[in-house]
Amino acid sequence: MEAAGTLMHRTPLLVLLALCAAALTVSASEQSQDDLEMAERLVACASCHGEAGRSNSETYFPSIAGKPAGYLYAQLEHYRAGRRRHQIMEGLLANLSDEYLREIAEYYARQQPKWTPPSLPEADARLERGRKLVDDGDPELGVPSCRACHGERLTGIAPTIPGLLGLRPEYLSGQLGAWRTGARRAASPDCMAEIAQRLSPADLGAATAYIASLPLPEDHHPAEGPPTSLPLECGVVE
Amino acid sequence: MSKPLRILAAAAALIAAFASWLAWPDLLEPADIEATPLDLSAERIARGEYLARAGNCIGCHTAPGGAPFAGGRAIRTPFGDVYSTNITPDPETGIGGWTTADFWRAMHHGRSKDGRRLYPAFPYPSYTYVTREDSDAIFAYLMSLPPVSSPRIEPALRFPYNSRFALQVWRALYFRPAELEPDAERGETWNRGAYLVEGLGHCKACHSPRGRLGGIDPDAAYAGGRLPGAGWEAPPLNPAGTMTDAEAADLARLLSTGISKRTAVSGPMADVVFTSLQHLSDDDIGAIVAYVRTLPAAPPAPASRRPFSPDRYRDVLAAGATIYRERCADCHGRNGEGKPYVYPPLAGNRLVTAPEPTNLIRNVMLGGFPPSTHGNPRPYGMPPFAHQLGAADAAAVLTYIRTSWGNDAPPVTADDVERR
Repeated sequence: MEAAGTLMHRTPLLVLLALCAAALTVSASEQSQDDLEMAERLVACASCHGEAGRSNSETYFPSIAGKPAGYLYAQLEHYRAGRRRHQIMEGLLANLSDEYLREIAEYYARQQPKWTPPSLPEADARLERGRKLVDDGDPELGVPSCRACHGERLTGIAPTIPGLLGLRPEYLSGQLGAWRTGARRAASPDCMAEIAQRLSPADLGAATAYIASLPLPEDHHPAEGPPTSLPLECGVVE
Repeated sequence: MSKPLRILAAAAALIAAFASWLAWPDLLEPADIEATPLDLSAERIARGEYLARAGNCIGCHTAPGGAPFAGGRAIRTPFGDVYSTNITPDPETGIGGWTTADFWRAMHHGRSKDGRRLYPAFPYPSYTYVTREDSDAIFAYLMSLPPVSSPRIEPALRFPYNSRFALQVWRALYFRPAELEPDAERGETWNRGAYLVEGLGHCKACHSPRGRLGGIDPDAAYAGGRLPGAGWEAPPLNPAGTMTDAEAADLARLLSTGISKRTAVSGPMADVVFTSLQHLSDDDIGAIVAYVRTLPAAPPAPASRRPFSPDRYRDVLAAGATIYRERCADCHGRNGEGKPYVYPPLAGNRLVTAPEPTNLIRNVMLGGFPPSTHGNPRPYGMPPFAHQLGAADAAAVLTYIRTSWGNDAPPVTADDVERR
């Protein structure tokens, strides 16, 4: 009687648990169904950024899979408003709603990135200088270590600071060069622009060559954020 | 009268006639316009907002990435650039110091509060048809916006188009303040459509060919036009002069959602659907279509400089067919049938078969998304092919789709693609 009573008592709980499990399974399969559908909606993006945002070609276009959603959304928004310039990106995004851009950013943020080692000369003399800049920064130039903002493992900090790994050296140096000349901007105060302007082109090349030589770790996810303290004031994390 | 005197008198008469012709649009403008009281009731503001959407004020009066209605956007014309102005209620740089009468003078007479004649990049040849009541409602809405400081940018027009005289001549040639007389023979819906298309919608401004001085020949109105600077063609609005009910229903859906069974909007029309048309009521969209389907047929396109014959183009077509199969057929179908409301069909699509392939080339090379709208919030996109197809390959596949599945349009050359 006692046992039966307990079981009777527990039945609703079991039913509830079973329902939860079923709901979870459904949402998991729905999610991947959603992602399949999103991939179809976004073939326009895949033609440069690769399937599911994994650009592994020898081209300039960056991988966007696994980057933090807040960062991706900010970039999409910048292109739409003409703050970040690229004829094709601006044209593609001109008439997409905030909601859709957010959904696109979240879709790419949950994709798994893939790393293809870049073909760098083995004994690149710049790599040592690059390692120093990336790990320690250069106090004389007022340049902090990259890890101070982009995460100890350089995989970024959610939701707005992007990881730096898995990107081609041409892309990385292209972006820093654009920041140095003002062609690329972020929300003010633009800490990345300040740093890029404090570094010489040779230093930018050294740092980006070193970053591009690092493998993408097994766990590519950005660190939990938002970051508590940064060496510079940055508009993107406000 | 002696001969010299007669010559003098004739010359004076000619000058007087020219001066009064020149001043004609100004003579139709009363010196005093009554300022109606500014009604800032919620109902009036909401009405004004709707009408401002229908006029797509925000489209030109907002710079890319700038504050809405604060102006500063460059409007490209064949005569140089003019910049849209700040129409937020900022008293210094906007229209905060204006009255309903000042606003009506700008809309109906094309003249600013300070007395300057306005450049017709502000489409007052169309807005002149907007009623005083609607003009007042739009003004009330604008006055309800947050003021933004954004100073006027001087136009950068070439000589002689930068002179006041040139503007006066233009107005004498092409502008008369007017009201739109309803056509008693037609129903209320058609008349509402005429008011929206001819007036607030200012559809004519893009969808008509313009002469060398930038004027529109009324007989050629809505026969399609080229957008200066933008690199797009505005197609004729009623190319065949007739429209079946099914085609009319498709057009209504295209205007309110950006996509129909047959096609999708792209380029500047995608902007118009995004910022303006998707916000209009079904009744107003229906009225616009009811009017558009009664517009006269576009004059036939001039015969192509490059007549098509399958024999001469055998190699091009074979190359084009291969590219089509490999890169296009997955979405647009083996026979150009597409997938309704997702991937536009290419067979029978007017964007594909337009006499000028400009829009088609831009769609293929630059890709694009139709606008996010209430009816199509998450549009499917067309990939850009500029990085994947050389000019010759692009020309081959475009020639293939323009001449297959019943399509019958002139071929595209590599030069066309490079010029896009």
